[in-house]
Amino acid sequence: MKTYLPPRFVVERDPDRCITCKGCVAQCSFGVHSYDREEDAIRSQDELCVGCHRCAIFCPTGAIRIKRAPQDYRPNANWTPEAIEDIIKQAETGGILLTGMGNDKPYRIYWDHLVLNASQVTNPSIDPLREPMELRTYLGRKPDRVELETGTLKLKTRLAPQVAIETPILFSALSYGAVSLNVHESLARAATELGTLFNTGEGGLHSKLYKYGPNTIAQVASGRFGVHPAYLQMARVLEIKIGQGAKPGIGGHLPGEKVSEDVAATRMIPRGTDALSPAPQHDIYSIEDLAQLVHALKEATNYTKPVSVKIAAVHNSAAIASGMVRAGADIIALDGLRGATGAAPKVIRDNVGIPIEMALAAVDTRLRQEGIRQQASIIVAGGIRSSADVVKAIALGADAVYIATAALIALGCTVCQQCHTGKCAWGICTTDPILSKRVNPEIGARRLANLLRAWSLEIKEMLGGMGVNAIESLRGNRLHLRAVGLTTEEMEVLGVRPAGS
Amino acid sequence: MDGTLRIDVKGLHYKELNARLREAANGYHRIDLLNVFGQRYIGTDIRRPLEIHIYGVPGNDLGSFMDGPSIIVHGNAQDGVGNTMNSGEVIVHGHAGDILALSARGGRVFVRDGVGYRAGIHMKEYQGKRPTVVIGDTAQDFLGEYMGGGVLLVLGLGERHHARFVGTGMHGGVLYLRGEVEAHQLGKEVGVAQPDENDRKVIEGLVRDYCRYFGKDPEAILSGEFRKLFPLHLRPYGNLYAY
Repeated sequence: MKTYLPPRFVVERDPDRCITCKGCVAQCSFGVHSYDREEDAIRSQDELCVGCHRCAIFCPTGAIRIKRAPQDYRPNANWTPEAIEDIIKQAETGGILLTGMGNDKPYRIYWDHLVLNASQVTNPSIDPLREPMELRTYLGRKPDRVELETGTLKLKTRLAPQVAIETPILFSALSYGAVSLNVHESLARAATELGTLFNTGEGGLHSKLYKYGPNTIAQVASGRFGVHPAYLQMARVLEIKIGQGAKPGIGGHLPGEKVSEDVAATRMIPRGTDALSPAPQHDIYSIEDLAQLVHALKEATNYTKPVSVKIAAVHNSAAIASGMVRAGADIIALDGLRGATGAAPKVIRDNVGIPIEMALAAVDTRLRQEGIRQQASIIVAGGIRSSADVVKAIALGADAVYIATAALIALGCTVCQQCHTGKCAWGICTTDPILSKRVNPEIGARRLANLLRAWSLEIKEMLGGMGVNAIESLRGNRLHLRAVGLTTEEMEVLGVRPAGS
Repeated sequence: MDGTLRIDVKGLHYKELNARLREAANGYHRIDLLNVFGQRYIGTDIRRPLEIHIYGVPGNDLGSFMDGPSIIVHGNAQDGVGNTMNSGEVIVHGHAGDILALSARGGRVFVRDGVGYRAGIHMKEYQGKRPTVVIGDTAQDFLGEYMGGGVLLVLGLGERHHARFVGTGMHGGVLYLRGEVEAHQLGKEVGVAQPDENDRKVIEGLVRDYCRYFGKDPEAILSGEFRKLFPLHLRPYGNLYAY
């Protein structure tokens, strides 16, 4: 069928700079560039370009520019080019529109409407260059009260397993299969270097990476891919994935073409079959059932690891989170509207769920009201873009944050949203062995570690500015936040006062 | 310390029961648990060959994540038998509840009588690991749903098969049913065929094991009519999406 879809990008090549080295031909996994032997020239097919910039970045002479194609539809606030093109695509395929990465719609980003406090005269700020600043965070269930032995002052209370992370930033779930093994290794190495954790996602962990177990969160999702006793034993934290922000209520689906030999071995399924993770876990239909799996995992690992439960941020998150804590979850992971994914139905990604800021505030408030906030740590995910977002999240009530899109950007991702195609030109969201080599685990780990180091330094600066010397003192301290440009109702949910008050 | 250990677990919380089982597992070949009454997760976290005899009714998730032991239940079992099981064997002298062998990737489960809903759902297989489930009577709805591997054999020795949505989303493995089943009971991703010679060998071996465990006559069972249910496509939802 002739496609009615216009090109989204225009590839401009400066003929004076192009040396016909064919670098762009090799770099583009979407087949935009091709070499014309007869004319000794390189041609580009604009309609295939996804705007990932790989060719432009790697062109040795800087001859390529990628620009957005000028849209010549008549301007219409309702029938936007995106709405028109989605319909065209569905008319041509009859399928669910699939997409990668996170929600790109202009919903309000509450982080950008919250501003932080700073100390001035009466409670002076702290200079992090000369004063110790504590970013260490302990994840896990805390006791309701602590008892000490008289005399020795040794701890009498038996603590649930605690996991110390040196910065309140963890790498969020990215499954092997959705991303390449080199990406997993980069994350594992960086997490180990920085004293934090990376998350396997729902596809298990390649045997080569088991040595990073002390810095690994092992996910257990509905498909139970790669979940076996050694996997559970290896990890530092276990996470039950109920939902994710990019597709609340929707299961996962790794297309068969991404199930390579190594992915098949890790997921323990035949090569080339679709890896289907149904939306529900079929042994969980209630909070009681969730409690059963939480305790099954604790039994299977002899109560040595905290168990996290991850849900997408939805209308009723606060009540669900309360149930999760009562079901024995040691950590609650909340993934918001902006959470990304390797593949999701576009209509779900863009329309289902709530902003993480609202969900976080609601959950933290509810757990405090019920007197059970200390029974679980809260990790939030879904569109954390900077250290400022991290600090605001912690002030709103989080113990720590998960980052994934930001981590992938550190590895080269340009958010071209083509993860679901498996053709990622940056070698990130692919299992193609040749493309995967584009991420060097050593360099990848360096870039990720640099990012975390930079954010950690910035967090210390912000803490110092607020006159706070430990991240624990900021947690849930909403007095350090003020709202700018929010409605009364929004401020009520967030539990913050307007700027100036 | 070889031989058999008998533990009376009456009134014991599952956490205590499993702690004692873990401790005892290192010294014995066989452990008899007496007066079991609903304690969950028995057999998980034991990673060696060990025979565990259960007298009474074990609770949910019996043998979940199990890797090695053989569990013989002298009575009925509840939900979640062999949940995400890796290897080992569970033999139930009675019936079992829902989600039998959910996501199992290895090991064997034999149930003398019937089972509940969602049996064999999401079973998988990889290389040498092929989970096997044999059910003597029949199963309820969603039998073998999303099945990605392994062998499910349902002998239909009691009631006729009423289950609906059998094999919905099935994309691997094989399901053998003895007795009648109507087309409307099956998921649309499932094909039906007569078992070939290789299938017959698998069926016969499993039926003989079943009869050995439960003291039944294999010839009488094997004389029945078997059907083979198999996935029509490796990728049942391959054309669902627009890329």
